[in-house]
Amino acid sequence: MTGIDPRPEAITQRVVESISRDDLPLVDDRSRLRYVMNNLILHIHPSKVSKASLKFTYTWGLGGLAILLLTILVGTGIMLMFVYTPTPETAYTDMLRLQTEVNFGQLVRNLHHWSGNLLVIVVFLHLLRVFFTGGLRPPREFNWVLGVFLLLLVVGANFTGYLLPWDQLAYWAVTVGTSLLGYLPLIGEPLARLILGGSEVSGATLTNFYGLHVAIIPMLVFFAGSFHIWRVRKDSLSVPRNLPKRSDPTASSATVKAEKEQQEKVPTLPHLVSIEFVFALVVLALLVLWASWVNAPLEAAADPNHSPNPAKAAWYFMGLQELLLHFHPMFGAIVIPALAMVGLLVFPYLHFDSDSEGIWFRSLKGRRMAWVGAVTALVVTPLLVLLDEYVLDLPALMPSLPSVISNGWIPLGFVLLSLWLFYVLIKALFRANRDEARQSLFVVLVVSFVVLTVIGIAFRGEGMMLMLPWEVL
Amino acid sequence: MTQTVSSGDTPKGMSRREFLHLAWAVAGGAAALTTGALGLSFFAPRIVEGKFGSVFDLGAVDSFPLGSVTPITNGRFYLVRQQDGGFLALYHKCTHLGCAVPWNPEKGQFICPCHASAFESTGQVINPPAPRPLDRFPITLVEGQVKVDTGIRIERDRTSISDVVYP
Ligand code: HEM
Ligand code: FES
Repeated sequence: MTGIDPRPEAITQRVVESISRDDLPLVDDRSRLRYVMNNLILHIHPSKVSKASLKFTYTWGLGGLAILLLTILVGTGIMLMFVYTPTPETAYTDMLRLQTEVNFGQLVRNLHHWSGNLLVIVVFLHLLRVFFTGGLRPPREFNWVLGVFLLLLVVGANFTGYLLPWDQLAYWAVTVGTSLLGYLPLIGEPLARLILGGSEVSGATLTNFYGLHVAIIPMLVFFAGSFHIWRVRKDSLSVPRNLPKRSDPTASSATVKAEKEQQEKVPTLPHLVSIEFVFALVVLALLVLWASWVNAPLEAAADPNHSPNPAKAAWYFMGLQELLLHFHPMFGAIVIPALAMVGLLVFPYLHFDSDSEGIWFRSLKGRRMAWVGAVTALVVTPLLVLLDEYVLDLPALMPSLPSVISNGWIPLGFVLLSLWLFYVLIKALFRANRDEARQSLFVVLVVSFVVLTVIGIAFRGEGMMLMLPWEVL
Repeated sequence: MTQTVSSGDTPKGMSRREFLHLAWAVAGGAAALTTGALGLSFFAPRIVEGKFGSVFDLGAVDSFPLGSVTPITNGRFYLVRQQDGGFLALYHKCTHLGCAVPWNPEKGQFICPCHASAFESTGQVINPPAPRPLDRFPITLVEGQVKVDTGIRIERDRTSISDVVYP
């Protein structure tokens, strides 16, 4: 039999079968399951998914949205590469030509700009959703770690892209951003020199940032992202659960039924794929609409001799910038962000003392404690900012101490002590378990960070003075 | 001979197999280190001659009036001539986070537009968050000509009279 070609005679059928091994159209669930496994794009899904986890308000489609945005970014980014040359002489004029001479140039730039910014928000919200539904609990700890890495890459991609238009905004945001590195002990200065390609932002910096932005970071995102999604497939998604009903032994038949529904699985095609398709199409439409109306900013050409006033960081660094105005730079730029990163990475490896995977905010008490955390942070953070701005001048109170101590260790110690006190009080006053108390603390930190970011964006004007939002613009 | 070496559990020393494992591991490590070092030096900043970083010849001492602050934009610095005739060359980069600091003639101070640090005409900090005085460049006065070497940036924790160069 070996010498005989087993393929059919008709040439069209032969071509089709050489591309796809499955019999189309798909007629039953078995062939759909097989199709998802065999198809290059669809195979990033498991072939069956739990019916309960399809609920949109569980994931909010955020991880998938991140993939969609990454795809748009790659597409528009490659287009931009054809009209942009990364040198100080050409970068800015290329942006102008892109916006005035290239067909749909402004739209493509806008799409790239807004997708990039939206991605930062989406990835952050995805992190919150995973945290608050307990999606980071074992066995998914390492996928959380991969996620943190992806978050850093997304911010890195935005930051390196920020320089490319070579306008005043770009030049000074990157000057300030890279100067922060200088406060890292020992390796800070050499590292900043390496990244800048010299002692100040220059043509060499533009070359470096371009290489990072179009090659290195996308490649790392691709590898880390593939790893991340592969792990989601292997561990399958955590399954949403409702709050356990008040213990009521007679309601057992209802719970049994509910549990059955929990475990029910359905084929990915069409149940998940159709939701994804519709969602992607709606988001794409909204994004194009937005990008047609709102232009990405472009200021005057970069001038290394004149900093604009105020010279603000990119919006996602505003929280960090606000910290810098209150702490010694070593603490604002290095110690506090490093502590936050370590906290994020270590968190899923801590011991969990309740069974709450898939339950939003862990429990009824967990929800209340989250509110307590949010309200506390909403009140206390602005108060502390005002206090430090107008009343307290720690370095002046302790003139004999270096400002690393008076404006670094002392306020940081105070903040950490208050956080610890908050944690202890939540446990003592409300009888919260460890999971609930930790979550409440996490809410305090997240809300504080958001408040600081909003203050930086809307309440800081000329000379970085505090003022009301309508005075800022 | 071969039998004793390949037996694998000679009490002292290691078997040939273990030795080869180790040798290959060491070679692998060396290859990784070399690649790393090569990469680092490949990406190390390249010094560009001319422009900022080179020596600036600014002309005659007398062309700078007493009590003046002259911006030398290509060199990224200010040439300060004090009332007593002394010269200082101050890098225009704020020591806080690197913004370009403009001279404010009304107030007689350098005031940073970014986070409002202020400096005296000597570079001394009047207003934080800047943690140290403005950096300076060395000045040489040769035959009545002022020369500033922007290749050598001098950081200092406090200003001192010895920073000033007199004709
Ligand atoms: C470029 C960035 C990212 C992409 C493309 C991405 C993609 C995805 C996708 C498609 C899922 C499936 C479920 C869903 O849509 O929610 C997922 C789940 C997950 N992600 Fe991400 N993600 C990213 C960043 C992050 C970050 C920043 C974190 C947290 C630090 C994270 C942690 C997780 C975890 C733990 C799961 C499993 C959750 C569960 O089973 O409930 N990811 N991710
Ligand atoms: S950069 Fe000058 S005060 Fe911050």
